[in-house]
Amino acid sequence: MKHDRTVRVAWHLLIGLIYLFLLAPLIIVLIVSFDIRPYLSFPPASFSLISYARVLHNPLFLQAGKTSLLIGGCSAGLSLIVGTSAAFALVRGHFPGRQSLQWFFLSPMLMPHIVLAVGLMMTLQPLGLLDTLTGLILAHISITLPYTTRIVSSGIAQLDRTLEEAARIHGASPWQSFCRVILPALRPHLITGFLIAFLFSFDEAVIALFIAGHRAVTLPLAIYQYIQFRTDPQVASLSVLVVLLSLVPIIIIERLINLRRAVGG
Amino acid sequence: MRVSVRKQPSWLQVLLILPGVAALVVTFVFPLLWLARTSLQPTTGHTLSLHAYVRLFEDSFYWWVIGRTIFIGLLCVVITVPMAFPVALFLARSQSRWRGTLTALAIAPLLTSTVIRTYGWMVILGRHGLINTTLVWAGILAQPTRLDNGPFATVVALVEILLPYGIISILSHLSRLDAELEQAASLLGARRLQVFWRVLLPLSLPGLMTASLLVFVLAISSLVTPQLMGGGRVFVLATEIFNQTTIALDWPFAGALSITLLAFFGIFVTLYQRILQRVESQS
Repeated sequence: MKHDRTVRVAWHLLIGLIYLFLLAPLIIVLIVSFDIRPYLSFPPASFSLISYARVLHNPLFLQAGKTSLLIGGCSAGLSLIVGTSAAFALVRGHFPGRQSLQWFFLSPMLMPHIVLAVGLMMTLQPLGLLDTLTGLILAHISITLPYTTRIVSSGIAQLDRTLEEAARIHGASPWQSFCRVILPALRPHLITGFLIAFLFSFDEAVIALFIAGHRAVTLPLAIYQYIQFRTDPQVASLSVLVVLLSLVPIIIIERLINLRRAVGG
Repeated sequence: MRVSVRKQPSWLQVLLILPGVAALVVTFVFPLLWLARTSLQPTTGHTLSLHAYVRLFEDSFYWWVIGRTIFIGLLCVVITVPMAFPVALFLARSQSRWRGTLTALAIAPLLTSTVIRTYGWMVILGRHGLINTTLVWAGILAQPTRLDNGPFATVVALVEILLPYGIISILSHLSRLDAELEQAASLLGARRLQVFWRVLLPLSLPGLMTASLLVFVLAISSLVTPQLMGGGRVFVLATEIFNQTTIALDWPFAGALSITLLAFFGIFVTLYQRILQRVESQS
């Protein structure tokens, strides 16, 4: 049985190493973010929070943070409303072509972002929406709508119809049963849909690179532009803050309906 | 007793789905059609022209770029999928109470910024980075070398970025499999390695294929990592598309490149479906 034990240890070691590889960039960024040297190197020479303070006083980064939160919130909100409304028709409707429409709503997931980005750029340019918040929000609706629609759809499919029926029998109007029974039952899926959409918008860089970058700058864009020319601990601190900000929705999603199901596994 | 809820009138359904359809047409369908239209724009006159495509396919540089793109995509698949498989296997069979946390930990990086993770690799592979410092300290290198620039760095970072996608697609296939089958095989006296080759691997094949396709298509369309880590020396379709739209401002040509990328996308998805059908009909 000694052989068995060796195999088990080796197997767990292998898994551990792969996890280490997967998390390495985030761990390293965290370590470097406490450095004070103006250039990037490893290991850090000191432990300080100076670069965090610098980030919080950098107007460029603060503005990008506001822009990112605004675009993430607006596109996730719109995507959730439109997606929820469509999900009801897609799950409960009886009309010809329902299956094709279900596919149609998922299709942007399969589209490479770079191709969509070029198309969006060519479409937004004549409308004067390049480098604007409106343009970015519109663009992010297209990439988030499949996720909100799918997550809310799966919630609707799991609804216990007898509850609605009970509400209706007891004299609730359709609108009342929707507000008092259906919406509360769907709450975890609605919140997850919003948060997933927010995260995809918040972390999106490829489309933003094509359609924004001067007046409208999101956080990923600000980091991209910064590290193209210099790399110092300030951008590491900013990265840590951005990851921490993403971590909050990630943990909520994991608690609500489990991360794997939300992403589509 | 079940009382059926009155069927909703169909105009309500149309009303419910209309905003979604409109949003997708405006932000998804129309941009793609407009992209195709722009790629056919002539230099002069109003008729459609294939000149951007002719220029693309007559230039051997772009054939080289296409080859390079596919090569990097395949390289990512060959490295990522064998790394994702053990993790997915581990997560699918683990009885540990940390299983949920470990699964979340493997997927969560997918929801963190690609730009930040690429930046992390710049720190690790950089001139004064982790690898160089360690190698110099250990006396293996006399002086730090440039690791953070070029195809090597690009592939390393892409593998790490795409790993969660590989894990999640294999895991979702494995969790549908019967764990008992594997148990039965091992009880019958099959050796561990035999169980792996004869039972586990063939059964996991569809999941491995889905992972390969996903990693491949994401790798060939990734822009941020080759742009930041390529050091201007990694030419793939995505970086060419970016340069043509933002620097050369040749939109018809950028359109033609994008449609070409999309065509390769389509070819590989079709190939995948054909092979998957064959694999599934055999098992």
